[in-house]
Amino acid sequence: MRIELEKRPKVSALYSILSPFIAFALTIVFGGIMFALLGKNPVAALYSFFVEPLSEVWSLHELAIKAAPLILIGVGLSVCFRSNNWNIGAEGQFIMGAIAGSIFPVVFYEWQSPLMLPLMLLLGMVGGALFAAIPAFLKAHMNTNEILTSLMLVYVAQLFLDWLVRGPWRNPQGMNFPETRSFGVDAILPEMLASGRTHWGFAFAILAALAVWFMMRYTLRGFEITVLGQSERAGRFAGFSSRKMIWFSMLFSGALAGLAGISEVSGAIQQLRPVISPGYGFTAIIVAFLGRLNPLGIIAAGLVLALTYLGGEAAQLSIGVSDKVTRVFQGLLLFFVLSCDTLIHYRIRLVRERFAALKTDEAH
Amino acid sequence: MPVKGQIASGPLLAVRDLTKLFGSFAACNTINLHIEPGEIHALLGENGAGKSTLVKMLFGVLAPTAGEISWMGDNVRITSPGDARKLGIAMVFQHFSLFEALTVAENIALSMDRSISLARVAEEAARLSRLYGLPLDPSAHVADLSVGERQRIEIVRALLQNPQLIILDEPTSVLTPQEADRLFETLLKLKAEGRSVLYISHRLEEVQRICDRATVLRHGKVTGACDPRAETPASLARMMVGNDVAVVTPEGTSTKGDVQLEARGLSVAARTPFAVSLKNVSLKVRAGEVLAIAGVAGNGQSELFDALSGEYPVTDDNAVQIRQRPVGAKNINARRLMGAGFVPEERHGHAAVSSLSLSDNLVLARNQSDKRAFLGGGFLKIIRQGAVKAAAKRISEAMDVRKSGEDPPAGSLSGGNLQKFIVGRELDRQPAVLVVNQPTWGVDAGAASRIRQALVDLAKAGSAVLVISQDLDEIFEVATEIAVISEGRLSDPYPARELSREKIGLLMGGMHGKMEGAGAAHAH
Ligand SMILES: Nc1ncnc2c1ncn2[C@@H]1O[C@H](COP(=O)(O)OP(=O)(O)OP(=O)(O)O)[C@@H](O)[C@H]1O
Ligand SMILES: [Mg+2]
Repeated sequence: MRIELEKRPKVSALYSILSPFIAFALTIVFGGIMFALLGKNPVAALYSFFVEPLSEVWSLHELAIKAAPLILIGVGLSVCFRSNNWNIGAEGQFIMGAIAGSIFPVVFYEWQSPLMLPLMLLLGMVGGALFAAIPAFLKAHMNTNEILTSLMLVYVAQLFLDWLVRGPWRNPQGMNFPETRSFGVDAILPEMLASGRTHWGFAFAILAALAVWFMMRYTLRGFEITVLGQSERAGRFAGFSSRKMIWFSMLFSGALAGLAGISEVSGAIQQLRPVISPGYGFTAIIVAFLGRLNPLGIIAAGLVLALTYLGGEAAQLSIGVSDKVTRVFQGLLLFFVLSCDTLIHYRIRLVRERFAALKTDEAH
Repeated sequence: MPVKGQIASGPLLAVRDLTKLFGSFAACNTINLHIEPGEIHALLGENGAGKSTLVKMLFGVLAPTAGEISWMGDNVRITSPGDARKLGIAMVFQHFSLFEALTVAENIALSMDRSISLARVAEEAARLSRLYGLPLDPSAHVADLSVGERQRIEIVRALLQNPQLIILDEPTSVLTPQEADRLFETLLKLKAEGRSVLYISHRLEEVQRICDRATVLRHGKVTGACDPRAETPASLARMMVGNDVAVVTPEGTSTKGDVQLEARGLSVAARTPFAVSLKNVSLKVRAGEVLAIAGVAGNGQSELFDALSGEYPVTDDNAVQIRQRPVGAKNINARRLMGAGFVPEERHGHAAVSSLSLSDNLVLARNQSDKRAFLGGGFLKIIRQGAVKAAAKRISEAMDVRKSGEDPPAGSLSGGNLQKFIVGRELDRQPAVLVVNQPTWGVDAGAASRIRQALVDLAKAGSAVLVISQDLDEIFEVATEIAVISEGRLSDPYPARELSREKIGLLMGGMHGKMEGAGAAHAH
């Protein structure tokens, strides 16, 4: 008895829709097994992980706050991944965007103006884009592998932030805590709804998703991204430049990651600290794939992954497991998403024995 | 090579009522066929008749919807190429399945037993390629090889399996006459060794030359079987197409106009270690003219196409001129905007993206030249799906493209039908200059004559047409002028009327000595 993968003659439309759901179901099953092995009641644990956070208004707001950066970054990454550029360093671009956007509220903290916020958001995007320009330049002109360079630059960004908040940008009145001044009122991204904390970052995320969806579906630019992702040579024949596409996709995703960074800092944290992200830039990679690299799918996937963050916090409180289970769930989910995608291109078959399959001995 | 033991009597392979449905469309419909040991069996049929689909089922790439296959008298289910190889069936695909980033030897090793070392594979491949006259460098990277060279890899790879049945899907469509001759020797050698060959080709002369029997398919059904030697090419074509094939009428009455396409001392260094550099290539194509460039694959044809199309612009702007304006440094879309159209050699992944629909593939080539019609919404550049789909439909109708569905992915079309679409995509614009590389590679007799006639008509209507081709029949059918390319150098053009096949052969071979002398003199 063996299991064999058989290539489908055509990609399965059914499974390209079903695959994320199967992956999610498998994640729940394996998560339940994990809780059981930890000695917890799996049903209760899963309930407190996945359902409880959805039962109250304030926690729904938390969900939106966590989903916003995931969606924003994921949407940018979808453009990269579709065009065959593998930006793995969104975490670093998120941090650099946050830093660039914080220049005014931290350094020129006395300046008060309604222009403050737009300027911060703009600088956030510029910061993220410039940081993504490094791997873009290296790939476009030096033929360097962007997966490695963009990933390694994440550590550069993290250490740079750490140095800033402990050194030059440390709050002089902060009793030596490693953090900057708290932002002034002009520098704070306001809440969107009266009912809770959700800030405008969530609106940016939804707008970005809709805009990219429109671009991919209707415009020549979206077509260019698709073609270059499928075949560089055909793209060249169409007059598209893969080098320009490296620049475009990297800068675009960097800018969105930077916007996510400054929105998070200005809307949710309201100062810079040594750590400002629980790994949004990496989790957004899962979001992009779980959402099938489709911006609308990414909105849904962003909410699901945001739930794993909240669930981890909830589970820590109510059943006393480490919040590392968040990472475990995210890992499981990515693993199952990628493996379930196999079903789109392949069929699973059970084969009894090589020769029995080869010859049905009727002739003898 | 010893042949595995076989049952003395009965067919090697028999197929009963084999059917393959794609949705409700029957690509193969209750096909019956048998292949005897030691015969070369031809499978004929127009584009989209179902030939490739049939042999893919025999090789385990596609699963039959219904029907039986028996091998040496036993019923078998062939569920993967691995199964097929175990039985002793090898196949050379119409569209190659090679990894571009790997070397020739690595590609071959991928389909072999894992225990065999790469060095041995390379050695064995080199030996076979010498034995069968298919020159190959095992350490070359596939990405750097021409279509013809890639095909040799596939053939050598098939031979390495020591198969009893070799299926060749249009093997000669990219080979030169000389290369094809060598292949036929190989096939006859294989036949003498007691092996069988299933041979798909659109070239009826060669089928008559080497095949013992032929089965003809039309619209997925077997419509006849014959001894090809007892037929004429015309009668075979009639069996395939159902009616007579039009004869291309070359040489219009039009008087020749201004020079529309020109290369002046075009030199291009090789982009990769295995590419050919172009050396001082000059050519002129006037309105009303068809200049054909003959030559053996891999002598700079693709490089010339790249430089003329602007996919890889050159530094000297004057080296290429379209309608008497310098364009050497301009990109492909700038040249299209000046009225030029281009048809590359490779269909999948160059002229078309297989996973995209035909209408998207229309946008691929014409997103700038037809931006008024196809794009709207100002700077947003929204693709007007309605207009594009209508144009794709118009092209499909004009070129008689057979397809399953209204706007299917390019990859689901048969090779010849996709080619008709790709050529039609350019003809539809009535370009003032058309550059075509291998216009009828893998296209059936009816469609080929239609494409060639269209090229001739385009020239008659006042366009300048440049055809790069290895097919001398094609060249004589369409050309008004002929030049020969060899090792990146182009001969002077000759009026087609004054040239014979022999003279072209001489130019291909004899030119080197003369030109190399001249080149050396220039170099110092
Ligand atoms: N995967 C697929 N999905 C849908 N239709 C397909 C698919 N593959 C082939 N077809 C259709 O089946 C028919 C037969 O195709 P096939 O490739 O077998 O033709 P062929 O005889 O090899 O033609 P050619 O000489 O042009 O290579 C065509 O009409 C083609 O559009
Ligand atoms: Mg075919």
